[in-house]
Amino acid sequence: MDTMPRWADIALIPLINLALALLVSALVIAAIGENPAEAMGVMIRGAVGSAYGWGYTLYYATNFIFTGLAVAVAFHARLFNIGGEGQAALGGLGVALVCLMVPWPHWSLALPAAVIGGALFGAAWAAIPAWLQAKRGSHIVITTIMFNFIASALLVYLLVNVLKVPGSMAPETARFPEGARLPSAYDWGAWMGFGRSAPLNVAFFVALACCVLVWVLIWKTRLGYEIRAFGQSEPAAKYAGIRPVRIIMITMLVSGALAGLMAVNAVQGEAERLVIDSVQGAGFVGIAVALMGRSHPVGVLLAALLFGALYQGGAELEFEMPAISREMIVVIQALVILFTGALDNMVRGPVEGFFRRLRRGAA
Amino acid sequence: MDYATLIQLLDSTLRLATPLLFACLAGLFSERAGIFDIGLEGKMLAAAFFSAAAAAMTGNVWIGLLAGTAASLSLAALHGLASITFKGNQLISGVAINFLASGLTVLVGQTWFQLGGRTPSLTGPSRFQEITLPFADALEPVPVIGPLYATVLSGHTILVYVGLLAVPVTWYILFRTRFGLRLRAVGENPGAVDTAGVSVVRLRYSAVLICGLLCGLAGAYLSTGLSAGFVKEMSAGRGFIALAALIFAKWRPWYALSACLLFGLLEALGNRFQSLEILGVTLPTQFMQALPYILTVVILAGFVGKAIPPRAGGEAYAKER
Repeated sequence: MDTMPRWADIALIPLINLALALLVSALVIAAIGENPAEAMGVMIRGAVGSAYGWGYTLYYATNFIFTGLAVAVAFHARLFNIGGEGQAALGGLGVALVCLMVPWPHWSLALPAAVIGGALFGAAWAAIPAWLQAKRGSHIVITTIMFNFIASALLVYLLVNVLKVPGSMAPETARFPEGARLPSAYDWGAWMGFGRSAPLNVAFFVALACCVLVWVLIWKTRLGYEIRAFGQSEPAAKYAGIRPVRIIMITMLVSGALAGLMAVNAVQGEAERLVIDSVQGAGFVGIAVALMGRSHPVGVLLAALLFGALYQGGAELEFEMPAISREMIVVIQALVILFTGALDNMVRGPVEGFFRRLRRGAA
Repeated sequence: MDYATLIQLLDSTLRLATPLLFACLAGLFSERAGIFDIGLEGKMLAAAFFSAAAAAMTGNVWIGLLAGTAASLSLAALHGLASITFKGNQLISGVAINFLASGLTVLVGQTWFQLGGRTPSLTGPSRFQEITLPFADALEPVPVIGPLYATVLSGHTILVYVGLLAVPVTWYILFRTRFGLRLRAVGENPGAVDTAGVSVVRLRYSAVLICGLLCGLAGAYLSTGLSAGFVKEMSAGRGFIALAALIFAKWRPWYALSACLLFGLLEALGNRFQSLEILGVTLPTQFMQALPYILTVVILAGFVGKAIPPRAGGEAYAKER
């Protein structure tokens, strides 16, 4: 079991995986005739080189913390929730309904209500695949993929036919009332240099709180213990009196709720209305984030920051080096998922061998 | 609905079902051998781009087909490397492949053509031409059967007929050859196949590569048969509909054909009518778009004929523990 030290497993291997992904990305940039070092410089400067950049980097990171935690929680029960995209879209619907139904006097009242709305709708969208997995054994990966598409069709229908402002052409809801507006980084962080345009808002702190709560849930509660036990071995968990149906349902509801919370940041915090495709792939980025972060809240936080920087840096890259289109981010993201997720054993094997030899040499 | 409309609907059903059919049969080979593949979408998209790109540059659609298939095969090989050789998670590998294709096609497309990720429109010999079946013109005036033959069956590109032909061929390979028997066995119980002295790794790689080949045809048809050139994200979830069709068909070739035709019909209906009124209930077009997914979930739930996947699906085979 203990073939290598713990730090190698949680830090060294992800870093090697990341380095490989970046190396291949550099090769891709070189292959299309651009300078990888220059591109890297533009991305780093664009993402973290100014308060302007940080305002976007942390905004994207907030989205990815929510979706990353959603995937991570499910991973602990060995469930692959690939439906973050649909759950976050439904979360957006929940947040929009909460914000539009009530004339909110102040954001401090609107925020908790929106949190509940987003979480409930997200959890509800995860509930059906969860129930089908728990009771009927339908593969949760397939059902959550299907639910992503159903969610997208449902939202298009609702936005075009029901929620659209009468007389308007744009398929989007009305702007949320002023009282539901979350304080942006400019409101509370102007002294740090954040400008008016920064999309970063108080939802960032909700995301940080979620990291703590997930850590407590998974490692400090009886339920978390049961979730992990179930993930390690279903027969053993059953033998210990843990009910699989209960664990699958609860884990997926928590996972869906976390994905739904993303809307507090993207829909209430930034767009201030519900538009078509408010998620913009963040549900899928959550998979990469959870894989890189080894399903641990601290890891998820760090990986979300990395991907936030990648998204903001990529936007700057397109601006400053027009030959590299924004899709470069998608390629980097794909390579990170490939190397940290699918090709993990390619790195793990040699590293384990190295430590085994080291140990034999020492003994 | 009059007869002429029905004929047009069936005609576009066959067109729209073809890419689904190729991708569905692709998934059939892979999953029957125990390798889950949610990367059908990505392989199709990559093939669509490289077919259109090569066809646009050379002016020859066959070179395009070759290039598209090669692209799809390389992604399939990557999937094999991750999920067979390195025993990685097949689902995660599929997700990565989808993203890789979605990003690379636009990135490379922009570099090569500077058209925002599109390829130039294909015309003449850089596209697959429509084939008129024998006697189609002569039979056209015959009532009822005439238009059915002349419009629905005749007048498609060669790939449509190849797709239809691929169904019995797949059935024959899987259920009447030794290779097919072993391939199915490796998806149910790889240990038994290994004990019999047959290489699990080689069988699974062959299945994954056949899957790549068929996805290549699906993608090539999309950009050089169904449309005239590549546009960003042109596969538009078809890889996932094919996956849904595969489950709907319970991993069997002939059922796959009917499932793909059904889903093709749904797409054709959705394209033609903004909303559909059935028994006094108005169904919006978004409902038609979501219907394949809803039907698949219902089938998966097992309330109407339970779909049971190959038993060893999704698990890497470890020879020794």
